[in-house]
Amino acid sequence: MTQPVNSPQFKENARKALDDAYLQKALARSEKGFIERRKAAVEKLPEYDALRDNARDLKDHILAHLDLYLEAYERNVIATGGHVHWAATAEEANEIIFGICQRLNAKAVAKGKSMISEETGLNSYLEARGIRPIETDLGEYIIQLRGETPSHLIAPALHVTKEQIEADFRRAHTELPPERNLDEPTSLLAEARAMLRDKFLNVEVGITGANFLIAETGSSVIVTNEGNGDLTQTLAKAHIVISSIEKVVPTREDAVTFLRLLARTASGTDLSVYTTFSTGARRDGDPDGPLEYHVVLLDNGRSNMLGGKFQEMLRCIRCGACMNHCPVFHAVGGHAYGWVYPGPMGAVLTPSLVGVEQGGQLPNASTFCGRCEEVCPVRIPLPKLMRNWREREFERHLQPAFARYGLGIWAAFAKRPALYRRATSLAMKFLRLFGGKGRLRALPLASGWTRHRDFPSPQGETFQSLWKKRSGPR
Amino acid sequence: MPAAIKKPIRVGLFATCLVDLMRPRIGFATAKLLEDAGCAVEVPAQTCCGQPAFNSGDRKTARELAAQAIEAFEHYDYVVLPSGSCAGQVIVHYPELFAGDAMWEPRARALAAKTFELTAFLSDVLKAMPAARFEGSVTYHDSCSGLRELGIKAQPRKLLAKVEGLSLVEMKDPDVCCGFGGTFCVKYADVSNKIVEKKAANIAASGADTLLAGDLGCLMNMAGKLSREGKQVRVRHIAEVLAGMSDEPAIGEPER
Ligand code: SF4
Repeated sequence: MTQPVNSPQFKENARKALDDAYLQKALARSEKGFIERRKAAVEKLPEYDALRDNARDLKDHILAHLDLYLEAYERNVIATGGHVHWAATAEEANEIIFGICQRLNAKAVAKGKSMISEETGLNSYLEARGIRPIETDLGEYIIQLRGETPSHLIAPALHVTKEQIEADFRRAHTELPPERNLDEPTSLLAEARAMLRDKFLNVEVGITGANFLIAETGSSVIVTNEGNGDLTQTLAKAHIVISSIEKVVPTREDAVTFLRLLARTASGTDLSVYTTFSTGARRDGDPDGPLEYHVVLLDNGRSNMLGGKFQEMLRCIRCGACMNHCPVFHAVGGHAYGWVYPGPMGAVLTPSLVGVEQGGQLPNASTFCGRCEEVCPVRIPLPKLMRNWREREFERHLQPAFARYGLGIWAAFAKRPALYRRATSLAMKFLRLFGGKGRLRALPLASGWTRHRDFPSPQGETFQSLWKKRSGPR
Repeated sequence: MPAAIKKPIRVGLFATCLVDLMRPRIGFATAKLLEDAGCAVEVPAQTCCGQPAFNSGDRKTARELAAQAIEAFEHYDYVVLPSGSCAGQVIVHYPELFAGDAMWEPRARALAAKTFELTAFLSDVLKAMPAARFEGSVTYHDSCSGLRELGIKAQPRKLLAKVEGLSLVEMKDPDVCCGFGGTFCVKYADVSNKIVEKKAANIAASGADTLLAGDLGCLMNMAGKLSREGKQVRVRHIAEVLAGMSDEPAIGEPER
């Protein structure tokens, strides 16, 4: 695992995130937009729910026959003059890509947005070997300038405010006049483009991710809102697609089904601004296109998820809707999750890929409000999958002893109704003694509660004992 | 018994542990609403529906508590809970807990089929229209499980619309989680606090003088935050208002 994991520190990360005024400002600004845009787009499409059902069934079918579709995909990539490289681990994927770069004598690579390359930690791997990765996606470019990792699937710089970006640009682009206007997102984009195009027009290798791989044609599909992805792949000598194995779909029509869902759920549009299909290397007579076309297919733990309790997670199309609607994500942002994938999908996927020992906090840090499942375009039951992780942890005694014993004591009473009635009756009278004013400002063993809120004191007697008194004479 | 004498509907009242321990008046309000609508209400010996264990990954305990509840409640015509999240546990998760169990799955399914959250039962099954008065404005928080597992959204509002003198003002984001989440609010206290902070701000901004919801856990969380922040909003379970018990102390107010 090349990208370091910091998920066991979720609580500390969250604390820091809550105290980070810039982050809180950025989160507050972005929260509403995603939700409203998705809602409007979905309301315009009466068959939206039917489309979701189709997409779910289609993904389940693909996952059940993943080997067949991957083989077909490989055949068709080769038939169109491309190469397929299978990478079992992140390290292997990085080695393969580095090998290609070395052979072509590449000093720099132009990169489109790719979460899989984040997963493998490709940038730092290449940098350590003297190859400079140039991020061409605006969001990725911003966080590269800042030396950070993405905090959101489709908006990597979600955690940064516009003012911070402006300051970063003025700091980094020293050759530009200081009085230029960088107030608007459009002016930021224009400046980034101007800086970037020069640099990546001459690189030997372009690396992109893939939203979908089409088995029938051997094509890969990416969606972007800026179009730099296109240049990344057509102008370079070699185009390398880095993708994970579950992105394959049978046909072009199937890809369109997912594209329609993805655009609506992710950005609230009917289709993304740029949808680029790339198939194989440049053929005789093609005006442009890469001389070499490579696909690196990463497994990195995914095949272990097939047929297991977490297979449904492999339906994910990385739209970001689950985190856009998550109250925990809204509170702490993406970095607190401590690895590549944030929010509810990360809370399920991270322990699957890095192990529950490392990622186990994440599925616990949820209120189970269910909004993620409600908006997921491929109907992944995220709360249920998080609960599956909690069960694994419980079975393996990975939860904190205090929580475990607290619950155990509660359960011991709850399983004995008569004992429960006597004990709770006494306990509530006792608690009531301390809460004469109607609320308690501090409580032993529940400081997590009373640090932030009062604890309404109990009425004094239990319902069951009062009910007995009421119905006694009857 | 002669056919002409209609037997009243027998309802098992599953009070939920929070109501049992913290605020019995919600149990009495529930009983009153059901009795006013002609039901015969019984309260069998009961403890916890098992949700805390279930959500903590302790499936074995969750199953034991579910079996205990099934035995206690399966012989009633209906089972009613004044909580969307505990009702969701019985309706959605009991069948799931016993999936594939030849003896228990049918029993869990049978219980699930006749179990209802209170406002859904009053509105959808009994079609009851409680005759209560309430002077003032209320805002209603949709608790997550009731809303998303059981689809409860219209029912409480429909019932509240019939309360004389009551005006309902919607807060911003009434359907967004309050940050309670059972053990979450203690395990991830700081994150939970951030979420309830936003909720409290939205409640206060609505201008309503009373906050209502259908789940005591969420209500205690929001009441605790409002009171810590010195916000003058009274907090009650919806059953209290519907049952005309609004002259009793609100959540977090001293008992008289
Ligand atoms: S889990 Fe669902 S909502 Fe979340 S990113 Fe994946 S597809 Fe989108």
